[in-house]
Amino acid sequence: MRWRERRPELYPPRGFALWRRAAAVLLGLGLFLWGLHALEVTPGRLIDGVGQLGRVFMLMMPPAVTEHVWDYVRAIGETLAMAFLGTLVASLLAVPLALMGARNIMPLGPVRLLVRRSSDVVRGIDSLIWAIFFVSVVGLGPFAGILAIAMNDTGVLTKLYAEAIENTDHEQVKGVRATGAGRGQTIGFGVLPQVMPVLLGNSLYFLESNVRSATILGVVGAGGIGFFLMDRMMISAWREVALIVIMVLITVACIDALSRILRGQLIGRSSR
Amino acid sequence: MADGTLAARQPFPERPARASFAEAWAAHKRARRLQWLTGAVLLGALTAISAWLGEVNLTLLWDRLPRFGSYFGRMVPELAWATLGEDLAYWYWNGWQWLASLWQTVLIAIYATLFGAVLAYVFSFLAARNLTPAPWVGVAARRTLELARTIPELVFAVLFVFAFGIGPLAGVLAIGLHSFGALGKLFGDVAENADPEPLRGVRATGAGWAQTMVYGATPQLAPDYLSYGLMRLEINVRAASILGFVGAGGIGQELYRAIKNFDHTDISAIALMLIAAVMLIDALCNWLRGRVIGRDGLRAL
Repeated sequence: MRWRERRPELYPPRGFALWRRAAAVLLGLGLFLWGLHALEVTPGRLIDGVGQLGRVFMLMMPPAVTEHVWDYVRAIGETLAMAFLGTLVASLLAVPLALMGARNIMPLGPVRLLVRRSSDVVRGIDSLIWAIFFVSVVGLGPFAGILAIAMNDTGVLTKLYAEAIENTDHEQVKGVRATGAGRGQTIGFGVLPQVMPVLLGNSLYFLESNVRSATILGVVGAGGIGFFLMDRMMISAWREVALIVIMVLITVACIDALSRILRGQLIGRSSR
Repeated sequence: MADGTLAARQPFPERPARASFAEAWAAHKRARRLQWLTGAVLLGALTAISAWLGEVNLTLLWDRLPRFGSYFGRMVPELAWATLGEDLAYWYWNGWQWLASLWQTVLIAIYATLFGAVLAYVFSFLAARNLTPAPWVGVAARRTLELARTIPELVFAVLFVFAFGIGPLAGVLAIGLHSFGALGKLFGDVAENADPEPLRGVRATGAGWAQTMVYGATPQLAPDYLSYGLMRLEINVRAASILGFVGAGGIGQELYRAIKNFDHTDISAIALMLIAAVMLIDALCNWLRGRVIGRDGLRAL
């Protein structure tokens, strides 16, 4: 009894506390079911859907290798090109922007705020929405996809880079400044060497993630394998869909492995 | 810095130190230059190939840049100070409908995160190398997670719209499945660092595998899991906002309609609501995360 008084949280609740807990559980359950109702989820739909999904899956087997295969290979190349150029442009744009948004580099508060907030907004808009914008600007094709990825990633990378720059060691910067270096030289020799591994590592990580997002930009006409994937789904050519999905999976796995190797080398070199 | 580490790696010099240093320095510089050169050539070649494949056309971009500006210009609604109320009402003429769609988007994100997190919770114990009941189960679980997170949400969404019909259910399942893959990996990585002592303690009482996971592993991993789950919720709200493009419910449907019909002020109205909602949820998740971690910190004392 004394133990129960001393550590009540270790024992099952009794009396009022028990009722309160029961009420909370019921309320939670009610909220959960109400949400399911709002999302139009019913057991019948779930069962029907799973059956339908199983049928589609059967239709996918075996994956069809047709004469379109070279179109798909080219489209995957396009996808990779979109991801690569988008990440490259974003990385190059993000470095000066991040310097302008970092507290220890940019003394003017309003400039910092402007850079940070606009990067928030740009980042908040999905690359698919940017892709629609850019399709209306430069027309259908992978170029719109490159611009969309570059846009979205500039926002993301600016934030990440700025944070990395703010976390740099001030001693090294002071050391460089003590040799009589100017502003540009201090940044170039005191700050950038410290953050370079972080910047490159982040860029590589986003290259990986962009290969994934570039695969769907074709849905809105911005080039890449997504166009074929959508198209084949619409005409229910499921065996070709299966082929495309497998090709995408292999590509993504290769890029991931490559990126992991490069990142490992990068970290190894910086820690040496 | 570079020559400092270089000197450290050199064996003790047998010849006069200055000559050997100059030689080593020159060799080092040559190696560095070669490295830079290969890197630059590789990068240049990749860029050129990508630019060719990606149909990059800078003059086109330059020519069309004004169009980009005017696109945004047309999105700005006509607001006058004198008739601000009416103008706002006109801008948000379909505001309640949009708010309902936005609410649906948030619901999709919440249920998808729940669905994904519950599955990922189970799979994290199967996938973690130190906790898995059998090595082959671990391999199978990790492959399953990889598959689930590699296939983009939108592809799942199209498939599920086909199978489950147009509506938010397809969106919940699509985002949920992708979250399952992403969270499963993160959860699994955390679980691999679990302290083995409590596990041994629970197992010593005669607990089976499932009981060991629930009473030994879960308590120590819960704060990390929750924190990752909240992070995923933030991502999923963004993801849910575009699923409407393929008919999987939420605000994306309205946004897609507005973009397709060139209703520019509608686009800005919806986009503003969406950005506000995303920021609100980010702030909410941040606050919750702080509470989760804070409370756990107190319990540890």
